[in-house]
Amino acid sequence: MTKDRSKRRKLLAPIAETGHCGVFLVRMLGSIRLERELLISTLQQTYLIGARSLVIILISGFFVGMVLSLQAINALQQFGASDQVSLLVGKSLFRELGPVLTALLFAGRAGTSVAAEIGLMKATSQIEAMQLMAIDPVRRIALPRFLAGVISLPLLTAMFNAFAIMGAVVFSIGVMGLDPGIFWGKLQSGIYFSEDFVGGVWKSMVFGGIISLIAVFFGYYAKPTGEGVGTATTRTVVLSSVLVLIFDFIMTSFLL
Amino acid sequence: MRANYHVELTSGVFLLLGIAAMLWLATEATDYGMQVGDDTYQVSAHFSNVADLKNRSPVKIGGVTVGLVDKISLDPITFDAVVEMSIDQRFADIPSDTSASILTSGVLGDRYIGLEPGGALDALTDGDQILITQSAVVLESLISKFLFNSDQKDDE
Repeated sequence: MTKDRSKRRKLLAPIAETGHCGVFLVRMLGSIRLERELLISTLQQTYLIGARSLVIILISGFFVGMVLSLQAINALQQFGASDQVSLLVGKSLFRELGPVLTALLFAGRAGTSVAAEIGLMKATSQIEAMQLMAIDPVRRIALPRFLAGVISLPLLTAMFNAFAIMGAVVFSIGVMGLDPGIFWGKLQSGIYFSEDFVGGVWKSMVFGGIISLIAVFFGYYAKPTGEGVGTATTRTVVLSSVLVLIFDFIMTSFLL
Repeated sequence: MRANYHVELTSGVFLLLGIAAMLWLATEATDYGMQVGDDTYQVSAHFSNVADLKNRSPVKIGGVTVGLVDKISLDPITFDAVVEMSIDQRFADIPSDTSASILTSGVLGDRYIGLEPGGALDALTDGDQILITQSAVVLESLISKFLFNSDQKDDE
């Protein structure tokens, strides 16, 4: 009888954890108070998880742009349509590659550090200490990191896209000798602000929310041991990467 | 205090850079600046076939974009395609006997509406209809017509 119950508990564990995560999100959002403290700590976290992810995002963006245009030029040249390169690069960047790749990099760079940081706070009983002092750790620790993630990812995505387009410019205009007028003209006539651009921003906001929620949640409920912190970090990367790809499909099919 | 200032400065720079990147992308790499402004007037035209003309396809006079296609619908009685387009107010003096035709840029390029100004003295105004229209040339029907005709010649 007890064995049966524990088996069922194991089966239902993922669902229960999803619910737990949702409750955590509601608790976190419910603790929002418009005050100076929150603004300052969010800004600080924006520096830690946003500004310090900048270098990896910019370098990756530049090379993604180069490689995309290299691929596109090679394929399009066979049809004599190499002047469509900027359209292909731009569309795929704005709609899919920009938000998704930035989110994956962000999960690896910032998600892990947030999960490990909060997990370590737990392992060293800092969170318990806060609770003893009647400070809500969800509000002081989790919320600023979550908000900073939602704010940072769209901005990082924009910079990723900007650098990717520069990479495409460098390769297709500088190396392959494409006409810059055609490049920018195709980009400006073929990419729609209201669909491609705004859709991409929406996507990256959702991805930012997903990644930082998972990182904060796993960190907060990590087992207070060294191993527990390691597990939380690993699970953060794995789950947030998978969820980003799943939500990308869902959002593409419904939004765009 | 000093470390804190550094953090705030860097995150401020980060936020500004991000917003700047967004603005740059929006204005340079999308159609944001190309949109015909709010200051437009609406004109419609009936075509028997619009082929793959799309919303937001350009409306051009002499190759220069003066407006965009707003809406393509089907007249339920005459079964004509009704194309509504908005034209920038800067070009408010287009003669009322202007003709509209659906053209293709290049052999396989996008469809656009070409306006050919007439000679009438009164101008098109908001809500007017362009009466002289020429439908799109559909490549398939052109080819089948050609094949059909050459078949007939063989028979004779």
